[in-house]
Amino acid sequence: MAQVALGLVNGAFYAMLSLGLAVIFGMLNVINFTHGAQFMMGAFAAWLMLGILGVPFWASLVLAPIIVGLIGVVLEKLLLKRIYHLDHLYGFLLTFGMALIIEGMFQWKWGSSGAPYPAPITGGTDLGFMIMPSYRLFVVVAALAICLATWYGIERTKLGAYLRAATENPTLVRAFGINVPRLITLTYGLGVGLAALAGVLAAPIMQVSPLMGTNLVLVVFAVVVIGGMGSIMGSIVTGFGLGLVEGLTKVYYPPAANTVIFVVMAIVLLVKPAGLFGQAK
Amino acid sequence: MADTLLKVDGLQAWYGESHILHGIGFEIARGELVTLLGRNGAGKTTTLKSVMGIVEKRTGSVTFDGRETVGLPSDQIARLGLAYCPEERGIFSSLNVEENLLLPPVVRPGGMSLAEIYQLFPNLMERRRSQGTKLSGGEQQMLAIGRILRTGASLLLLDEPTEGLAPVIVQRIGDIIHQLKGRGFTILLVEQNFHFAATVADRHYVMEDGRVVDMIASADVQQNIGKLQAYLGV
Repeated sequence: MAQVALGLVNGAFYAMLSLGLAVIFGMLNVINFTHGAQFMMGAFAAWLMLGILGVPFWASLVLAPIIVGLIGVVLEKLLLKRIYHLDHLYGFLLTFGMALIIEGMFQWKWGSSGAPYPAPITGGTDLGFMIMPSYRLFVVVAALAICLATWYGIERTKLGAYLRAATENPTLVRAFGINVPRLITLTYGLGVGLAALAGVLAAPIMQVSPLMGTNLVLVVFAVVVIGGMGSIMGSIVTGFGLGLVEGLTKVYYPPAANTVIFVVMAIVLLVKPAGLFGQAK
Repeated sequence: MADTLLKVDGLQAWYGESHILHGIGFEIARGELVTLLGRNGAGKTTTLKSVMGIVEKRTGSVTFDGRETVGLPSDQIARLGLAYCPEERGIFSSLNVEENLLLPPVVRPGGMSLAEIYQLFPNLMERRRSQGTKLSGGEQQMLAIGRILRTGASLLLLDEPTEGLAPVIVQRIGDIIHQLKGRGFTILLVEQNFHFAATVADRHYVMEDGRVVDMIASADVQQNIGKLQAYLGV
């Protein structure tokens, strides 16, 4: 049971990161390989603000995603918007290159070893079957709330309707008088902000280090493939679900814990190539 | 013309390397209903898209209410008061009927209210929670027209609203277009179905190979029926 609950913590990060990727992919048609670096930037932003300015965790939770999101907006306006009309491959190369550059710069400045971030909530919560560190419990609940809020924003609001419509037919949405390029920039900023928010939440659990996003995001891409590219609810459910699967594998057959998600991905691709929640095109 | 709303002059348009429109010109007065007739591939749809600013490249002049629009992006053109109903209808499958109706933002005061639109299209009211693309072809067409009536646009660009629909629905669409004209909308209609076009329009422009080759007022259609049939190859 304890492993299951801890699996949920990993699942919380998978869900938040794959959700951001799904939102970005739906709108920009770009697979954002910079996502892991942006997750790391969120954690670093919180760590730096704490170290230099003494900004507490709770303020960073709001400020870091805004800062990193704005950096995302600049990247979109300077670089990404030039490649939308090109093949997917160019989006992959550009965002992958951006990730290498960003992570390289952080390594050059701060080294690879990483630094701890003090947990803002200490102690444990008795769940009946286990005592869970209170901060980890908070992460699961917060991630769930963030995911559901994002889902609500996209599926139930006016801005979300613009996003969904522009994902389907940007030309027509623009011909209705909506500034679609601005909507795309905003979407990228939002997706990047989600990654940074996950990064801030991760800072007290993982070491804050330049490569903290790299390993995580590898799993997250598998999650996105399993859930179906661009599916909002799919990302959330698959993210938490695969965290659980991973946790359970740790209980029953620990050596497979690191590979089980990729095995699931292979099976899903064979049986349902568009992903569990994806629609075949 | 006394009160010209749309004036197109020397308009050329391209898709990639293909040159589709070769300098077309026509005018529409406020409150008028004008059709573009012509065979498949004559450039009618491209003309609508060029007026709306959604072709890759266009040159020449398109003035709306005295303002030059060539060079503006399509979202700004829409905000001047033009609204476009595409041939493929463009209903969004991820939006329900009401979300589809409410999607285009209001760009000018004076548009119809949602209640008025539902009054015009009672079917849409009944199915307002359905997924947009689950509607029948006729209902989707009504949705595509209905959703551009809210925005306050004064010029409606309708691309083949009767295509692929049963005769009884075609008649219904014809009634609606009549009513819209009665409400003061200016309408540019692309139509393959000449008999339908003849019943609703004030004037017809005939297109051939990316050029406007003739203009016939509805009153003169009977005298020119032979000529028209030659143009349209019917």
